Amino acid sequence: MKLKHWISRMLLYSILGLFACIFLFPIWLMISVSLKSDEFQIAKEAATPRALLPASPSLVNYQSVLKGEGTDAPWARFFVNTCIIVVSIVGCGIFVNSLAAFALSRLRFRGRGFLVSLIVALMIVPFEGLAVPLFLVINQLGWFDSYQAQIIPFIAHPFSIFLFYQFFNKLPKELDEAARIDGASWFQIYRRIALPLSLPVIATVAILQSLEYWNSFLWPIMVTRGPEYRPLSVAMNAFFGQPPRRWGDIMAFALLTALPLLVMYLAFQRWFIRSVAQSGLKG
Amino acid sequence: MLSPALLLLIGFLIIPFAMAIIFSFTTKRLVSPLPTRFVGFDNYVRLFADQTFWQALRNTAVFAGIVVPVQSGLGLLLATLVNRRIPGRNIFRGIYFMPVVIPMVVVCVVWYFVLNYPEGLLNTFVKILTFGKAGPYDWLRDPSLALPTIILISIWQGVGFQMVVYLAGLQSIPEELYEASRIDGASAWQQFIHVTFPCLRNTHVFVLVTTTILAFKLFTQVEVLTQGGPRGGTNTVVRYIYVAGYRELRIGYASAAAVIFVLIVLVVSILQRILLKEEREVL
Repeated sequence: MKLKHWISRMLLYSILGLFACIFLFPIWLMISVSLKSDEFQIAKEAATPRALLPASPSLVNYQSVLKGEGTDAPWARFFVNTCIIVVSIVGCGIFVNSLAAFALSRLRFRGRGFLVSLIVALMIVPFEGLAVPLFLVINQLGWFDSYQAQIIPFIAHPFSIFLFYQFFNKLPKELDEAARIDGASWFQIYRRIALPLSLPVIATVAILQSLEYWNSFLWPIMVTRGPEYRPLSVAMNAFFGQPPRRWGDIMAFALLTALPLLVMYLAFQRWFIRSVAQSGLKG
Repeated sequence: MLSPALLLLIGFLIIPFAMAIIFSFTTKRLVSPLPTRFVGFDNYVRLFADQTFWQALRNTAVFAGIVVPVQSGLGLLLATLVNRRIPGRNIFRGIYFMPVVIPMVVVCVVWYFVLNYPEGLLNTFVKILTFGKAGPYDWLRDPSLALPTIILISIWQGVGFQMVVYLAGLQSIPEELYEASRIDGASAWQQFIHVTFPCLRNTHVFVLVTTTILAFKLFTQVEVLTQGGPRGGTNTVVRYIYVAGYRELRIGYASAAAVIFVLIVLVVSILQRILLKEEREVL
């Protein structure tokens, strides 16, 4: 019995280990190639297991990517762009969406039910279907090649409103009734009571949106022209598509591009997994 | 309190959506010497007569048809593996989910290196496995391999999402059900078939619908790795809209394709609501 238990344990661990290798090997490959200074050697070893082993690791590729050799601008330029875009969307989004959700949850007014169903219906509409007319709107506003084109359309987010709405609905009404009696306005109740209590939803929304907009690709290739407002994802693709391919530099750029989210993920793994799992509880 | 969110939703979601519908019945172009005319269903008629559109639709459907069952099944398998009470399970969960936080463009770039032809790591691997009988394959330029390769990369990047959602589902199954079935002498496999699988009904519906919608949005992988080639073999609906609307500036025509795309997503989402509602009535 003990032996059987031991064998099944070993079997389970080998399956788990095999999957772990499949998921880790491209990430490891990216790190390994990015640490090789000699392009010729990278090409020579590309198809051999030695691609996974940097014989004499060097940071030369990182230096050239950070200096912007071969790209339109130094890596940091695109990093700052992506940060400005993602932080603005998430930061503004938290207030705008939670405020709307609070109003829908607490205020009683005509058309409230309609607005709730409208938000739920808008959750379905895929952005990809709107990209072309939205592009015209952005051009009309004169926002082509700018930060606002990549920020303002994405602040109001039906799914985030819905998550906050569900959360506020579950908050006991006695809390704000007590505050009402003390003469607090609805806005004060929102700011002093509802918002501080909704920290778990804020974290969920922030993580889901950061993942989404750090990744966004279709929209920024449509509305940016040069490196000035271009985010990392588009810069990565431009650098990758530019011959001759210098794989050492490309992999260094790739790792730097993935690193911020990877570090956040490793630091807040539980929150990431919880947030993504929670996106599955809707409906 | 509602107005910031509402104004943004109207300006950047509802109006573009209405514009897409209206433009789809006109000859609207971004720059044109001719005035825009109302042409009824002309765009739709031309769209459905266009072999390229059908090819894009077929590719997207094939992609979804394979990715949805395989990625969901694999997600469930991984979830059951890391749901065991064994030391180190959190590490494995963390590793399997890791590719989800890596930007898709980065994932594509790294895989491109692995898929290199004729000398890439995957070709070497295939050669070793088949004792030199098979390969090398041109994974991204061979018409019969390009789409399956895109599918593989997409599953590698995304399966952590399904795993995490299933994991949440598994953990919500009451332990007593397993105890009862153990007393009845059920084997592990019987437990999975008769307890686990049916208890996950809502999770199944959510995972299948979300994965289907995500699959229909396929764009980044294709744009980065194959630009829709070879010979349109990996072109997708979203990429078709992007090329017609953004590159060729045929706004009216692209809008018709976008409306069809939104309709497909709508049907899938409504299906989810119906399936979930039935479940609620049963409970």
